Amino acid sequence: MTQGSPSGLAVSTPSELEIVMTRAFAAPRALVFEAITKPEHIRRWLGRRGDVMTICDVDLRVGGKWRYVWTLREGGEMGMSGEFLQIVVPELLVTTEAFDEPYFEVMGAGTINTLRLEEREGRTFLTTTARYKSRQARDAALGTDMETGAAESYDRLAELLKTLA
Amino acid sequence: MVSTDQPVDSLSETFAALADPTRRAILSRLAAGETSVTELAEPFDMSLPAVCKHLRVLERAGLIERSRRRQFRPRRLNAAPLKHAAAWLEDYRRFWEESFERLDDYLQELQSGAGDGGAEGDGQGGPKMKKGAKP
Repeated sequence: MTQGSPSGLAVSTPSELEIVMTRAFAAPRALVFEAITKPEHIRRWLGRRGDVMTICDVDLRVGGKWRYVWTLREGGEMGMSGEFLQIVVPELLVTTEAFDEPYFEVMGAGTINTLRLEEREGRTFLTTTARYKSRQARDAALGTDMETGAAESYDRLAELLKTLA
Repeated sequence: MVSTDQPVDSLSETFAALADPTRRAILSRLAAGETSVTELAEPFDMSLPAVCKHLRVLERAGLIERSRRRQFRPRRLNAAPLKHAAAWLEDYRRFWEESFERLDDYLQELQSGAGDGGAEGDGQGGPKMKKGAKP
């Protein structure tokens, strides 16, 4: 089951441990790879509009660490970090990722993220697969929003919230 | 994303509590107002103890509370965890949507400035781009 959105972000759950996000970009693969791996580029786009990236350290080599910290637009900080497990320029990145303060206890163990870049007809398809340590962790992260029965329960949740407003 | 005063694991309890159709039905019923346990159990083809089990799950997740005002302690809905969970879901998606939209714009700017120190150049000084190009 895949859910798209007006901005072209598609989210799916191909296995019980994974969340997959796919997005196409009108740029060659080498450029997209640079944009997602070099701090001077990452600082320009990673985070919501209004979030300010205060730390962006990337040691792009196998075993190298990365760390991102933002001052969030609503106040407060969010930090995450990890390690590069596999690097194939410009097509593949495998990293670990963990939030400084996980939103759910079960997310504390973090994820292994696989980023694949494929170029087709001048566009680059970036596929990010976040693999959780357990199904429970994935479901917690996914909430009920992004897959089958889930989208439905999210609708129901939204309806419920409306009745409470 | 959401900055939260709630304990980190309470969100997973919220989601777990919402995963069951009976419990969602109970919440919908309570959205209409305080209700006694007997009344809550009526529409379901299950024993009172079974309904009480669902109520305990909802209570642990902080989604319902017992009213102190009356003898029969009717249950009432506590919407705060629901709103918190919904906010988190929204944030998760928005974080990536906005980031990727910004990346999209940024890549366009890199390419329009190509040949003048773009991403595939020497990496010195960063690419030329105008700030806040996107409304």
